Amino acid sequence: MNPLDLLLWVICPYVALTVFVLGHVWRYRYDKFGWTTRSSQLYESRLLRVGSPLFHFGILVVILGHVGGLVIPKSWTEAAGISEHAYHVTAVVLGTIAGACTLAGLAILLYRRRTVGPVFTATTRNDKLMYAVLTLVIVLGLAATVAANVLDGGYDYRATVSPWFRSIFYLRPRGELMAGAPLLFQAHAFSALVLFTIWPFTRLVHMLTAPIGYLTRPYIVYRSRGPRTGAPGWEPTGRR
Amino acid sequence: MRVMGQLAMVMNLDKCIGCHTCSVTCKQAWTNRAGTEYVWFNNVETRPGQGYPRTYQDQERWKGGWELNRRGRLRLRAGGRLKKLLTIFANPLMPSIQDYYEPWTYDYDRLFSAPATQDTPVARPTSLITGEPTKITWSANWDDDLGGAPALTAADPVLRRVSDEVKLDFERAFMFYLPRICEHCLNPSCVASCPSGALYKRSEDGIVLVDQDRCRGWRMCVTGCPYKKVYFNHRTGKAEKCTFCYPRVEVGIPTVCSETCVGRLRYIGLILYDADRVEEAACVADERDLFEAQKGVLLDPADPEVIAGARANGIPDDWLEAARRSPVHQLIFEYGVALPLHPEYRTMPMVWYIPPLSPVVDALSGTGHDGEDAGNLFGAIDALRIPIGYLAELFSAGDPEPVRAVLRRLAAMRSYMRRLNLGQEPDESIATAVGMTGEQVERMHRLLALAPYDERYVIPAAHAEQGAQLEELGCSLDYEGGPGMNGPFGEASGAPAPVAVENFHALRQRQAGDALDRADELHGRVNLLNWDGKGTPEGLFPRREDKP
Repeated sequence: MNPLDLLLWVICPYVALTVFVLGHVWRYRYDKFGWTTRSSQLYESRLLRVGSPLFHFGILVVILGHVGGLVIPKSWTEAAGISEHAYHVTAVVLGTIAGACTLAGLAILLYRRRTVGPVFTATTRNDKLMYAVLTLVIVLGLAATVAANVLDGGYDYRATVSPWFRSIFYLRPRGELMAGAPLLFQAHAFSALVLFTIWPFTRLVHMLTAPIGYLTRPYIVYRSRGPRTGAPGWEPTGRR
Repeated sequence: MRVMGQLAMVMNLDKCIGCHTCSVTCKQAWTNRAGTEYVWFNNVETRPGQGYPRTYQDQERWKGGWELNRRGRLRLRAGGRLKKLLTIFANPLMPSIQDYYEPWTYDYDRLFSAPATQDTPVARPTSLITGEPTKITWSANWDDDLGGAPALTAADPVLRRVSDEVKLDFERAFMFYLPRICEHCLNPSCVASCPSGALYKRSEDGIVLVDQDRCRGWRMCVTGCPYKKVYFNHRTGKAEKCTFCYPRVEVGIPTVCSETCVGRLRYIGLILYDADRVEEAACVADERDLFEAQKGVLLDPADPEVIAGARANGIPDDWLEAARRSPVHQLIFEYGVALPLHPEYRTMPMVWYIPPLSPVVDALSGTGHDGEDAGNLFGAIDALRIPIGYLAELFSAGDPEPVRAVLRRLAAMRSYMRRLNLGQEPDESIATAVGMTGEQVERMHRLLALAPYDERYVIPAAHAEQGAQLEELGCSLDYEGGPGMNGPFGEASGAPAPVAVENFHALRQRQAGDALDRADELHGRVNLLNWDGKGTPEGLFPRREDKP
């Protein structure tokens, strides 16, 4: 493995991961008030109502697909009786549809952000950088999928990219696996590392506080006037 | 029984002159910042009128508050938890800035910088949302004093409910003012709508607040509140709402809107309620029973069982004393003249209103009758269908009886007191006709008409043992120009600025103390104009502590 590959596929992932984790901790401690989606729905909702769900539901499926492809080893799906071909077809079809939705949604949102005056005014430089990197990651990811399957007739990233991804978390990084991957996959992976690095410092932080707890919380939240101590202090009353 | 305290307000609508002082002082105190230009924690609406934001009372459209599902259980009208999460990426029921209004400023600089011409330069309006020149077409009280009627008034959702045939006949038009703040409901649907759990009801005094550090800007509270009194700060991306001026009431002084009310029509007091019975009461099948159900949740602070329950729940004795002296409790129960705004939303609102008698009196006087004669007034209250029906849609889910009863009591007070003022014998029969005694009527008159300051506001201060915690309680609303205003993550990121409660204590001392304003601070100062530059007069420099 040459030094560049070592830098790109061993050092950079750890830097990105560290910044991602510590950055979030730091931001949560320092800037809870800035931790928001900074919604622009008040200004414009017609385009948002199409673009935003398209993008968000698309990217949720994409994330699920990445978890399936990167985290679950090939041997497990094969042991479960899913052939390589069946997996591949499912992944490509679902991935392409979800990716296209995401990209279409993002395109609408970007168009809205640029053309609707108040929305554009409310866009910070930080946002612009984030949008650029996010768009790059999505475009490269979709391009890698399409190029590998349409032009080359398929690339088994579960033999290279996925083990590399897992090896980072085992703390035995296998950068050489990634060094041999096609250029588009490399570009996608690296741009994703950049995205993870800037993530804690952008509005993307809202994803980490997705309000799943709402499904189980009592409706009415009571809280004492005293300072917050430990766990969120809601006490249920009545039957809810 | 689970006894909790609630700071509640009553507004006497007969005394509201629609001057908007409450709105202006509230705005100066709380929402004079970028991002909250369109936010009016307090607003005054002319009724009939569209309200602010436009037609907010039309819950067929905005779906605020609660409704009963088929099994008779409460559910949020806008949809349950799962639906909320599924529509979180674009809330389909959120009012846009056009439903409020596009805030603007004027290009005042033009008045100074324009070159000399034949014509007087004009400061043109500029939108605070787009920064572009704009045309002003709506505002927070565009239809003030029936402005634009009858075209605009016809869109009033309440008027439409009264009757389809009612046309707003200008000859017989009636109007009154409705000042509104957050209702600080017992069953707040904004709190229930918040996915993050950032909105909460304080267990000590029932004030509903937004934790600015937990709010993530999902905007569901705006939809959930049927009164549309939670606003979205479009610069910080967080929800903001009326705080009941908690830093002030914690030290025992009234809210800004009450303090500055020119008509002295607001009353603040503590009431006790049973938190365990709130849901049951909100589930009453018939909307018209909700008013009584809501009263049923409130507890009698003189009842020994309630006192024991309150003590068990940690409510201090001076708070119980305040609850017994509460003008709000008196107006709801003893005098029976306060009604909640839109009980049919099932949120158990805690800002109550004394409906105005003046539309009736005006109509009566207009026909040449004596508008203060008890017989005439009672007859008119029964006969004037439109004002009563309209008030009933506002205050008792369409049931005219509670409104009629209140107006009869107000009418009785008028004619009873007039006899006294004219030096005639008090006529006990007038009081008896509305189920009161003459002595009660006189006390009610004192509270409503004379309205002495410390009888209008009976606010128990927060407790000393809790005081230390209060002093540096973060208040994330005070931001403009704050340390984090231009933080790296956009508007107003950074650590919150603390509220120094001491300032409010000082304010209270200044307001209530005997000394001249700031007299103590001026003590020991030197008038530099009289100083000849020689020596060091007493008070010119601070005293040295370490002088041997």
